[in-house]
Amino acid sequence: MSTSDERSARLKRITLYAVLVGMAAFYLLPILTGLFTSIKSPASYTGQAPFLPPLEPLLPETGSFSLQPWGNAFDGLARGLANSFILVIPATILSGLFGSMAAYGLTNVDWRGQVGVYALFVAGIFIPYQAVLVPLTQFWYNVVPLQALFAPFAALPLVQAYHWKLVALIVTHTAYGIPICTLLFRAHYKKLSDEMIEAARLDGASVSTIYRRIVLPLSVPMFAVVFIYQFTQVWNDLLFALTIVQFGDASVVTQELVGIGVSQAGTNFPLRMAAALLAALPTLVVYILFGDKFAEGVTT
Amino acid sequence: MRDPIATLRDRWSDSDARADGGSTASESERSLLSRDSVRSAPFWLPPFLLVGLFVYGAVVWNVLLSLTDFSGIGEPDYTDLDVENYVVAFADPVDGFLSMFGMGGEVNGATPTWSDLTVEPVWNSLGNTIALMVGFAAVCLAVGLLLAILVDRGVRFENTFRTIYLLPMSLSFVVTAKFWLYMYNPDTGLINVVLGAFGIGPIAIVQNPDLKLAAVAFALIWQFSGYAMIVYLAALRGIPTSHFEAARVDGASTVKMYWRVIVPQLRTATVSALVVIMVFALKAFDFLFSMYGGYQPGPSADILATRMVREAYANQNWAYGSTIAVILFVMALCIVAPYVYSQYRRGEL
Repeated sequence: MSTSDERSARLKRITLYAVLVGMAAFYLLPILTGLFTSIKSPASYTGQAPFLPPLEPLLPETGSFSLQPWGNAFDGLARGLANSFILVIPATILSGLFGSMAAYGLTNVDWRGQVGVYALFVAGIFIPYQAVLVPLTQFWYNVVPLQALFAPFAALPLVQAYHWKLVALIVTHTAYGIPICTLLFRAHYKKLSDEMIEAARLDGASVSTIYRRIVLPLSVPMFAVVFIYQFTQVWNDLLFALTIVQFGDASVVTQELVGIGVSQAGTNFPLRMAAALLAALPTLVVYILFGDKFAEGVTT
Repeated sequence: MRDPIATLRDRWSDSDARADGGSTASESERSLLSRDSVRSAPFWLPPFLLVGLFVYGAVVWNVLLSLTDFSGIGEPDYTDLDVENYVVAFADPVDGFLSMFGMGGEVNGATPTWSDLTVEPVWNSLGNTIALMVGFAAVCLAVGLLLAILVDRGVRFENTFRTIYLLPMSLSFVVTAKFWLYMYNPDTGLINVVLGAFGIGPIAIVQNPDLKLAAVAFALIWQFSGYAMIVYLAALRGIPTSHFEAARVDGASTVKMYWRVIVPQLRTATVSALVVIMVFALKAFDFLFSMYGGYQPGPSADILATRMVREAYANQNWAYGSTIAVILFVMALCIVAPYVYSQYRRGEL
């Protein structure tokens, strides 16, 4: 191979990496800018370009570095963070479990109409939240008997009256999460060996025994994918919380985040950025730890 | 260990056990209420009831509400149904339709054309929705495809690049809005710092009516192009290497090879990514709400999603809000129904 060919090949390679790194910078800069700004003291914030880290040595006493914005952000978001965790854990588990059940019920037996029911599940993924908002609001504010069912528990120390609103959100998110969970699980169950299930059937195992003994243990990796996806979805939602919960004791973290920094005099960007990162932390951690599973979840 | 004779006896006594793997279609199986459907019902029925009530039931209820004139006081009057809300929504069809494409008379709520109406038609927000959806989806797919092709060319640190490109996808719309409000900030925002280096600006991007929608689209592209990349990457990996080699042997240049041979094979991936991305765009309410600190992004960035929530929850015009929700639902249906049907035809359901 001539040297000019080698040179052009190397040039191509360099261009390729330059573009890849440039794009990586594009995706990272808003987050890094936020991170750098969130740990700056007011003095270094006004004195430096926002996309640079606090340039003085990273010691609080030099005055350029400060965790104060994160402290303030935590104070502002504490209630929202707590409510979001109360919401996201049951909503994620329930939608995952129901999704797995639906997928199993629609896969392991052949009956006509199965595809039709499944198509309804799948189409549910794409229905905009707006299409159900007003009825849902009406429903949750008018279903007094159900609210009364919740009342006896309000005597327990950890249960507050406003948790009723979180129950409403949990049920709503569960119902809305079932379609995508069903889709993810069904793709997985179709791949499960028919032979094994058929053999178990011939041995007289009932439909529910097969589910508990064979299918459920084999679904563990898929549960991870589903939980990661649903966790992100529920944690990140604003619209349902805004309309069903509205503002108040039961506000979730996205709601609390919207208001942070806006009401403050001027534009307190260190506080805003710290709050944004704090609110994003659970999903960022999930993503960084289980990136591949997250990708699997979003592409299916 | 199970007694083989007993197993055999069970098989004979249990008419549902099929030794040939299930190809015998008995008479009972042909009916909708076959044994199989009854036996599996405890599994699929509870989730189906939840979805049926909360998703489909709510959609139907929403349609009913859009036919009333419910304004949040008392109970909706279901005895007096009419399509008046739809007539208002699509009032002044010719001018309104043209205005969606920036043509025709001045038709933003402020103009006297609709002064006899108590609420504005949807043309303006419908136009913005379509513009956002098409612009955002097209660029998202293009960027995603480019990234996928670059990442697929056997680069080192492929995982790292992929992780970084997909990172924004894990953030909520609210967080993205916070970051981009800062990026767009006229005084300290990075975009304006960069523009300033070229002697442009500073520009108040978020407040500028001509730039609002583009600013929203740009931030959404940042958030979701990684998704398009992941979809394309999976599809590229599914193409047999022989196709690449065949094109290579024919002496095609790299660009030609991708354009003529590879890209046409990515149709399925494009369609599925497009459907998801367009539905994201329909949902962009969360983003606009946080960007503009409330229900009022102003006429040049008002999309159906913000309009709907504003009418229902801020103006207490619940019935009209439901009407806009139906329009959104129909748009989503127009995108999704053909997709789900084609999936069904190809036996992927």
